[in-house]
Amino acid sequence: MSAAAHSVVVPSTTAKRVAATLVIVYALISMIPLLWIFATSFKTPPDSIAYPPKIVFTPSIEGYCNLFTTRTRQTREYIDALPAPTGFCDETTRKRNMVIAGPSNFLPRFVNSLVIAFGSTFCAVFLGTLAAYGFSRFRVPLADDLLFFILSTRMMPPIAVAIPIYLMYRELGLSDTALGMILLYTAVNVSLAVWLLKGFIDEIPREYEEAAMIDGYTRLQAFRKVVLPQATTGIAATAIFCLIFAWNEYAFAALLTSGTAQTAPPFIPTIIGEGGQDWPAVAAGTTIFLVPILVFTILLRKQLLRGITFGAVRK
Amino acid sequence: MAEIRVQNLQKAFGAFVAVKNSNFVVEDGEFFVMLGPSGCGKTTTLRMIAGLELPTSGQILLGGEDVAFRRARERDIAFVFQLFALYPHMNVRKNMGFPLLAQGMPKAEIRARVEETARLLRIDHLLDRSVSGLAGGDRQRVALGRAIVRRPKCFLMDEPLGTLDAEFRDLMVNELRELHNRIHATTVYVTHDQHEAMAMADKIAVMNHGVIEQFGTPRDIYDHPATMFVADFIGSPPMNFLAFEGTLAPGDRSVTVQGAPVAVPELREGATGGHVLGARPEHVRFDDASRLRGAVYGTEYLGTQQIVTVETAGGMVKARIPADVRISTGETVGLAFDAARLSLFEAAGGRALATAAREIAAREAGHG
Ligand SMILES: Nc1ncnc2c1ncn2[C@@H]1O[C@H](COP(=O)(O)OP(=O)(O)OP(=O)(O)O)[C@@H](O)[C@H]1O
Ligand SMILES: [Mg+2]
Repeated sequence: MSAAAHSVVVPSTTAKRVAATLVIVYALISMIPLLWIFATSFKTPPDSIAYPPKIVFTPSIEGYCNLFTTRTRQTREYIDALPAPTGFCDETTRKRNMVIAGPSNFLPRFVNSLVIAFGSTFCAVFLGTLAAYGFSRFRVPLADDLLFFILSTRMMPPIAVAIPIYLMYRELGLSDTALGMILLYTAVNVSLAVWLLKGFIDEIPREYEEAAMIDGYTRLQAFRKVVLPQATTGIAATAIFCLIFAWNEYAFAALLTSGTAQTAPPFIPTIIGEGGQDWPAVAAGTTIFLVPILVFTILLRKQLLRGITFGAVRK
Repeated sequence: MAEIRVQNLQKAFGAFVAVKNSNFVVEDGEFFVMLGPSGCGKTTTLRMIAGLELPTSGQILLGGEDVAFRRARERDIAFVFQLFALYPHMNVRKNMGFPLLAQGMPKAEIRARVEETARLLRIDHLLDRSVSGLAGGDRQRVALGRAIVRRPKCFLMDEPLGTLDAEFRDLMVNELRELHNRIHATTVYVTHDQHEAMAMADKIAVMNHGVIEQFGTPRDIYDHPATMFVADFIGSPPMNFLAFEGTLAPGDRSVTVQGAPVAVPELREGATGGHVLGARPEHVRFDDASRLRGAVYGTEYLGTQQIVTVETAGGMVKARIPADVRISTGETVGLAFDAARLSLFEAAGGRALATAAREIAAREAGHG
């Protein structure tokens, strides 16, 4: 199963070194903003706006404290009269003449994001796989036109369709609901999923299913036992694309959600502004926001890397 | 095992007819080969027998039952694909057990059957290997194993040796035939390679443009081609053709080619117009007395034999003669033929004329 068996030209050591250097330099450059956000999330608010910027600083989790809590300003006397602080967050908040009033909305918003993004990704990939298989294997009347139609749903910018969708959702009672957002993101992503997956499934020789069907399986069984395992690479790649879209989507989320179903992207910017610009809290929110995609990609790394020429049937 | 009977089978893809009115019978336990050039409809015929393609019209009887419109999985057939179609996400054992799993066979029995089949094919040492690491020949054996493990009514194979290199191919041709001799499975084998067909088949159907041009034993097809296409497609070098004009009557034993009389098997039908005399290279001799003359164009030395190309007024003629005969290029030679082995065709359409030689062969085949 070595990938090397497929490569014809073995690169020289020099070529490998040059390539490695380029990749590392590029990776560093593109990671600087991320690292900066990560670093900022561990700064104190004064450190985060210090000029010149502080590269070396004493790490603090104040940003994370502020992210997960809401605070109110109180007089020194009131704070001093309180019982001893119960933890680090409590203590730092008091040092800034504030007390923790309760949990912030970040956690529920983050959970909304998880539910909506993973839910819509699952739906889009599920529907996309079935549709792509159909387009790939059966003579669908007007297949080309249908595929174009599916793609065309993606051509309009969100802002152009947001108002009609907003009105429709209001009528249907889907405004500001997780179900509404899942439906919307599924609709947007399914086009991408169908197109991507059709390419992958076209690559899987029909003989696999045909062999299974001759050997006594129904088409659905053949699809499940033979086609799906072959398509895992494509499905993993598609799922990541769908998830990234749904996770990062801002325009629809900002327009169609405001309360219970609000996702993290429109929420995070609202952290700014409650008593000064709290950059560490924003950075902390952003850092946590990045984690799921990172984890998901790492989990699916094997499927992604397993190359589609893995099959034994390749010509 | 069962007999396969194909009757008036037809397949059209839109306006294009890929298989035209096909008829043949594969008897129980017979090794049947469909031979023909690329695009002649061999795969289409096979896929219809398997149930992967529905016929436009016609019947496919499997052990007496018409299965033409049954689902593939209800036909109890095994298919070996050209590219083997071994599932890369399963190891050899799982691949071979896959058809048995569909029948709901208990695990222990599957295991036993797979191992027994693997021993038969001498691949028992590969059972726990991944299929993607196997060599071509072993993949071929695993594909065969997956087919025979279920003991189906018949085997269908679509150019299963097509991707192997020449050396392996010869080996597998022998192995396949030997396997067939042991298990006597009704087999339909598709190939465009006449050597494979000749070496393995009990019966051959030669196809061209969706039509079965001839159906018979390898010997029959080689000795008595039914059409000029078959005569040209089989044999290397192929049959020589010499065109001539004239009126032929039943009972004639001689025709006139390029002004020279040529003895032929006794004609059983009359014909007028353009004809073609067909002679295999090994049935061509050099005879100075012959009035059919030509100049030696070139020779191809094959060790014990040589192929000599002679340019006559009516085209090139190749002769297969012993290697020790000294022939030089440019030399004028007379050509004679082994009268009993010659074929005659209509120039238009290429159909073979009925002769005594054909009749004898047919009678022998009938009695045999
Ligand atoms: N699904 C299809 N739609 C349209 N035409 C088809 C289809 N399948 C096969 N054909 C046509 O039918 C003809 C016969 O095809 P087939 O695959 O049976 O040929 P073959 O004898 O197996 O050739 P080869 O040796 O190349 O495998 C070809 O001209 C092919 O283009
Ligand atoms: Mg074919």
